[in-house]
Amino acid sequence: MSILTAPTLSHYLVLGAILFAISMAGIFLNRRNVIILLMAIELMLLAVNLNFIAFASYLGDMAGQVFVFFILTVAAAESAIGLAILVLLFRNVGSIDVEDLDHLKG
Amino acid sequence: MTVQGILFYVFAAIIVFAALRVVTARNPVHSALWLVLAFFTAAAHWLMLGAEFLAIVLVLVYVGAVMVLFLFVIMMLDVNFEHLRKGFRSYLPVGATVGVLVLIVMVLVVLGGYLKPVAAPVAVPATAENTKALGLLLYTDYVYPFEIAAVILLVAIIAAIVLTHRTRKQTKHQDPSEQVKVRARDRLRVLSIPSEKRES
Repeated sequence: MSILTAPTLSHYLVLGAILFAISMAGIFLNRRNVIILLMAIELMLLAVNLNFIAFASYLGDMAGQVFVFFILTVAAAESAIGLAILVLLFRNVGSIDVEDLDHLKG
Repeated sequence: MTVQGILFYVFAAIIVFAALRVVTARNPVHSALWLVLAFFTAAAHWLMLGAEFLAIVLVLVYVGAVMVLFLFVIMMLDVNFEHLRKGFRSYLPVGATVGVLVLIVMVLVVLGGYLKPVAAPVAVPATAENTKALGLLLYTDYVYPFEIAAVILLVAIIAAIVLTHRTRKQTKHQDPSEQVKVRARDRLRVLSIPSEKRES
């Protein structure tokens, strides 16, 4: 299998894996900044959606695209509520640093 | 090498670079803009895979709404982002190690022969309508999940409003019930003012 032919299913799966790994490393790197954490989660969901659509296209099953539709819905709701909580957090604590969120430590 | 192959590698390079910049950019605004580029390139990938409707939805909903919301919040918060980057270098070894390990594991699974290799997408006729097919599935087989998704969106709307809404005491507002209950004598007072005599 030459690497420069038309993309196969494995090409897309590897691309999704690369994106997922980058965003996972990003969660470790930016573990203090909640905004970047939310963006890394969005990127992870994008990688997963890419896999779903690749499977849907290469296996000829529309169910994958339906699933991506629902993932997009839930991800939009998640980021809206996440950002609302972030705004509330900034109003009450005055910071969005994860290190400052230790009120539940007990 | 086909046109599709060239396009795949161009888009893949762009999306990987954009993803790297999302997690390494100094300024969160730049991160959000790189994420917009990643979404656009992913939409291009999805178009190549034949998912036209979802590609357009990705651009409209994510680039048009969610990322604008992110940018709004970033610009609304008055935060010293340099301070939040402290420790970036000290987390770099463990982050890179975990990322590379995850990547190796997933690539081994994908390329290790566990999956049946599929060389080309299932051919769809040129007249096939992706939106129509998706809509037919959504409103028949997946109608209950579809309605649950609608409820989830409603919950998200209410939650976002309830969480961030602030009632201000000193704002001027109208009370419609008071306005309806008003009588003429509350508003109008007839004064008997003695008329003055003209001095001639």
